[in-house]
Amino acid sequence: MTGELTMPRLSDSMEQATITRWLKSPGEPFARGEALAEIDTDKATVVYEAEFDGVLGSILVPEGGTARLGEPIATVGGDVSATRSAVAETRHTAGGAHRIDFRTAIREALDEELARDDRVIFFGEDVAMAGGVFAVTPGLYETYGGERVFDTPISELALAGAAFGSAVSGLRPVVEIMFGDFLTLAMDSIVNQASKYWFLTQEQVPVPIVFRSVVGAGGRFGAIHSQMPASWLLGVPGIKIVCPATPADAKGLLKAAIRDDNPVLFFEHKRLYGVEGDVDGEVVPLGTAKVVREGDDITIVTAMKGVHDAVAAADALAGDGISAEVVDLRTLRPLDRETLVASVEKTSRLVVVEEGPITGGWAGEVLAVVVEDALGSLDDAWRIATADGPIPYSPPLEDAFLPGPERIADEIRMRRR
Amino acid sequence: MSRAATELAGDRLEDDELYLGLYRRMLLIRGFEDLVQSLFLQGEVYGTTHLYSGQEAVATGVASVLDERDRGCATYRGHGHALALGVDPQKLLDEMLGRATGINGGRAGSMNVNSPADRLIGCFGIVGGSIAAATGVALALKRVGGVAVAYFGDGAVNQGYFFECLNFCQVLRLPVVLVCENNGYGEYTPFEVVTAGPIRARAEAMDVPAQTVDGMSVWEVRAAAARAVAHARAGAGPAFVEAITYRFVGHSRSDPGRYRPEGELDRWRQRDPILVLRGRLQSEGVDSELLDGIDRDVARELEEMRDRGLAAPWPEPSRSPEFA
Repeated sequence: MTGELTMPRLSDSMEQATITRWLKSPGEPFARGEALAEIDTDKATVVYEAEFDGVLGSILVPEGGTARLGEPIATVGGDVSATRSAVAETRHTAGGAHRIDFRTAIREALDEELARDDRVIFFGEDVAMAGGVFAVTPGLYETYGGERVFDTPISELALAGAAFGSAVSGLRPVVEIMFGDFLTLAMDSIVNQASKYWFLTQEQVPVPIVFRSVVGAGGRFGAIHSQMPASWLLGVPGIKIVCPATPADAKGLLKAAIRDDNPVLFFEHKRLYGVEGDVDGEVVPLGTAKVVREGDDITIVTAMKGVHDAVAAADALAGDGISAEVVDLRTLRPLDRETLVASVEKTSRLVVVEEGPITGGWAGEVLAVVVEDALGSLDDAWRIATADGPIPYSPPLEDAFLPGPERIADEIRMRRR
Repeated sequence: MSRAATELAGDRLEDDELYLGLYRRMLLIRGFEDLVQSLFLQGEVYGTTHLYSGQEAVATGVASVLDERDRGCATYRGHGHALALGVDPQKLLDEMLGRATGINGGRAGSMNVNSPADRLIGCFGIVGGSIAAATGVALALKRVGGVAVAYFGDGAVNQGYFFECLNFCQVLRLPVVLVCENNGYGEYTPFEVVTAGPIRARAEAMDVPAQTVDGMSVWEVRAAAARAVAHARAGAGPAFVEAITYRFVGHSRSDPGRYRPEGELDRWRQRDPILVLRGRLQSEGVDSELLDGIDRDVARELEEMRDRGLAAPWPEPSRSPEFA
């Protein structure tokens, strides 16, 4: 919101009033309902509360000054460098296309959904006052207050239980389970409560929860802060699993997830937070894959960081005359069978690139779908995933452990011989 | 609240009509459980059941102080809580029988019943799950002045859910009433063997007000619940009630209860909550004929319920929805 603040009508009979005190300084963000100034009217001194979110620009009527009803008293908006203004800034631009990083895309989605629907609440460990351990959520607490955005004890069982209970009682909780590895602690409420309730109530009571979690390796976080939990939950009917690769999808899918009426696990790869991209604010429907690069010779199906690796591999392969198509699944459950099958019917070769142990992974599920639906079109199909072992800490060990662009390109070249 | 307080201080129940209603409700729960047991033995109720017989005063006493804004989260031993909150007994029975007319269309069975319209968020099949659910329900009810009640057994106080949620509710001042039904046994194990220290001390350690009451006396449960609900509704955070009770049957259908010491069950049966309330009502001058009439009415209702339930249609498999 940009423009100006005018002298509000603070009493029925007032014609003018005096500003006794400004409670915000130029450049300071304010949220709807926050006190902006103390104003003396003909009847009393009242606190003037903001009617929208914004950033205070220049003060036009200083303390002690008088203005007539409707006269401008301050401007709103303008250049603000303070980090606290991040949310307010975001909201100035969120409507149109703009270039932001993945982290900001997540925050914009949360901000816009919190603003859009009063039933949305957001909680987790260090998400409110501290703004998140990966600095994804600063400013939300300041904007929406502690009733809707709050910090919790380090208690994943309680977090997930609170999400379930509040969701079936009319709220739309978004919960951050800091690292995906900690989902093991929250699993009971997710698997035995949240995913079952829609069914058990005969589709009468929805369970609108989003569990956000940071996942993935490559950050030198070791065996227990680097895992990819998608496959642990792939076989649980009643939940959806979302795995975005770009800022636009992160924002569009998170908005869709928050609006979805049943539980969604929303995974954010820690190596993608700094990735930039154009974002237009469109909601992206869950369960739709996207062909991010067209090609004729082979289909590379992947998700999250794998999409960036696959595109890099496809670039390298183009130099060898191999035209690779890259399909970003975006949602692992439900799988977009149609897009998968259409691509394989075109290229007749399939490699699925998964960050995660090869045994029991989602790549196997993708292969199964393609075999069931497009066996006749298939000349080759295989998986590139991580070995069946825990993720090592040491940089050379971890780098060798993960499938990267070189390995993807090399395997595709080898299989063509 | 004030009535409950005078009731404890005084010699008379505050309202005979009210207690006649509670008497009827407790009889219904007992009769329902007997019926479920007999239908189970005949192969009409499947899987397993966990019966509430002996603990009726707890669910009935707590439910008697709740209002329309409040919600309950119960355990897999949840038939009594469902009936106490007002779930239609026919629909509950039909659910046990797996029929389309069941409260959840036959999808839930004995352990997973829910009926939000009756204020029962659900019965949860994992020990401690009810506490988790109530924590979140309270988060939502805080907006409307409601209170969430978590029912759980003594076994649940050793689960992570109990500690995490108790602390979570206290620091966020959530309107939760935690009702621990201490029936002496976690499944087949005496609770003292697996539980360090007194149960209520766990709540007291977190400055959560705690009461221990005779769970075989519906008026004592009612008074304690009224105090706890008032505390929670006032915005002061959770309150804890430990009700000392006893189950007259095994843990589940596969458990004959042989681990109990000789004579223990008989001693507790002398404190049967239905007989305790009946005796109290009689001592206050309620006509035995009136009470006998209620006994006969409930028995007849259950008989009819049984016949209707066994004649009810089965659900169509095709009506199960596809999941994402």
